[in-house]
This record gives sequence, structure tokens and C-alpha cells, in this order.
Amino acid sequence: MPDSYALTESTYYILLSLLSPQHGYGIMQQTEEMSRGRVRLAAGTLYGALNTLCDKGWIIQLPVEDGSRRKEYKLTDKGKAILTKEVARLKELADNGERILKGE
Amino acid sequence: MESRKTIRKWFWVWDFEKEEAWLNGMAQNGWVLESVGFCSYHFVKCEPGEYSMRLEMHPYDEAYVQFMQDTGAEFVGRMMMWIYFRKKTADGEFDLFSDIDSKISHLDKIGKLLGIIGGANLLIGIANTFSPARLGWINLLCATLLMYSLGRIHGKKEALEKERILHE
Repeated sequence: MPDSYALTESTYYILLSLLSPQHGYGIMQQTEEMSRGRVRLAAGTLYGALNTLCDKGWIIQLPVEDGSRRKEYKLTDKGKAILTKEVARLKELADNGERILKGE
Repeated sequence: MESRKTIRKWFWVWDFEKEEAWLNGMAQNGWVLESVGFCSYHFVKCEPGEYSMRLEMHPYDEAYVQFMQDTGAEFVGRMMMWIYFRKKTADGEFDLFSDIDSKISHLDKIGKLLGIIGGANLLIGIANTFSPARLGWINLLCATLLMYSLGRIHGKKEALEKERILHE
């Protein structure tokens, strides 16, 4: 699939949560917080998405530290570029929506 | 008063949502699943509504179970390819899938497995029809049932795919 397609809400918030390293549960909490409770990532969905995003190289899994069993993930440069492009796309959508609904 | 009980019950594979709803109903009534066996469910007493239950077809994978536990879910057990999880309702809502895509890929996983087992039974059934034992009909019966299951799962998938045209 070309990388220029729109991201899903889940992917968008996962990437956004990973600007700094974060483990799975942290991503779930941060997403809920950012969207003020509107978007709630379920664990199964998140697990599948994290694996896919790692395969695509948009995020990486950090080496597991001693004494910690939770895996942490972080955004890659490629992931960041995709996220930046997506923000621009969403802005275009929102701007057009607002403009036309206002009847300009 | 007994604090444990076992119920024997059979669910068809396409009824996994019904199975989940039944387990949630039991938890609502103060009986939470403690372990699971072939067609048998072992419950232990809990506060009514203390837990919510989810089940998923997932090849057993330590990393996945660990991941689920990190998010506050408890691993109850597994039977065949199904994993059973529970979570305290006080710890928040419990869902395994939060978007249409992951629901579809879950159904895909179930469908693929049914297709493989169904196809194998069909081949064995045909081969056995010509063998002296004449037991091929058992495999052909299994194959028919599995193909029917596949159809039911496919129907659920199609309904979701229709929805996805408009929503995520």
C-alpha cells in the first residue's frame, strides 16, 4: 500500500504518542487523554498495529532494559515524516470543511 | 454455598460472540471464568459485575499474553486456538478491538483456519471414500460443517467491510 494513503485514527494517535519512547499501555492512556476520551485503543488492535508499524519501519522497538518486561517503542524519522504529511492533509480537510460550512 | 462450579456447554465457532456474551452474563451474575477446558467452563464466585470477559482466536504467543497483562487484563486460559481474558470492570472498559480493520483481520484469522481444516478434511474424505474402511463420510461431514462455519464468518466480515466504506 502506498504510504500516501490516509492514516487511520488509531495509527495517527499511536504515532503521535511515540515522539518519546512509550510502552503499549502508555500509548493507550496517552491516546485517550489527547482525544479527551473519544479514541480508546483496544489492546488487541494496538498490538497488531505496533507489529505492522515496526515492519514498515515507522516505529522501532527499543531494546528491553534489565528488570523491565514492558517493551517500549519509538517513532523513526520515516514515521515522523509520515506524521508531518498527515497533519498537513488533515489540516486541508478541516480548513475546507470549515470554509464551506461557513458559506464563504 | 459452593464457591466454584463447572458448566458443560458447546458453542459453534461462528457463535464466539454469543459465547463471550454468555461468559459476561455469568460474570454479571457473580460467576467469573477461572479456567477453560474442552466444552467445559470452570467458574469461581466473584462480586456481580466485577469482571468483563473477552475471547479471541490467536495462536498462543507469550509476548501477546504479556502485552495484554501489561494493559491490565488477566489471562484466564486457552482452548484450541482461543484465548480467554478477563479484566476488572473497575479498571475501565475492556475491548480487544477498537476499529473495523482489526475486527476484520480477526475474522480473517478465524476464516483462514477454518478453510485449512475444512480443505484438509475434504481431501482426506475424498481419499478415504475409496479406502476399504469407508470412513470417508466422517471427514466429508466435518468438511461440510467447517465450510458452513466459514460462510457464517464470511458473512460477518462482509457486514463489517460494508461499514468500512463509510467509516474507519
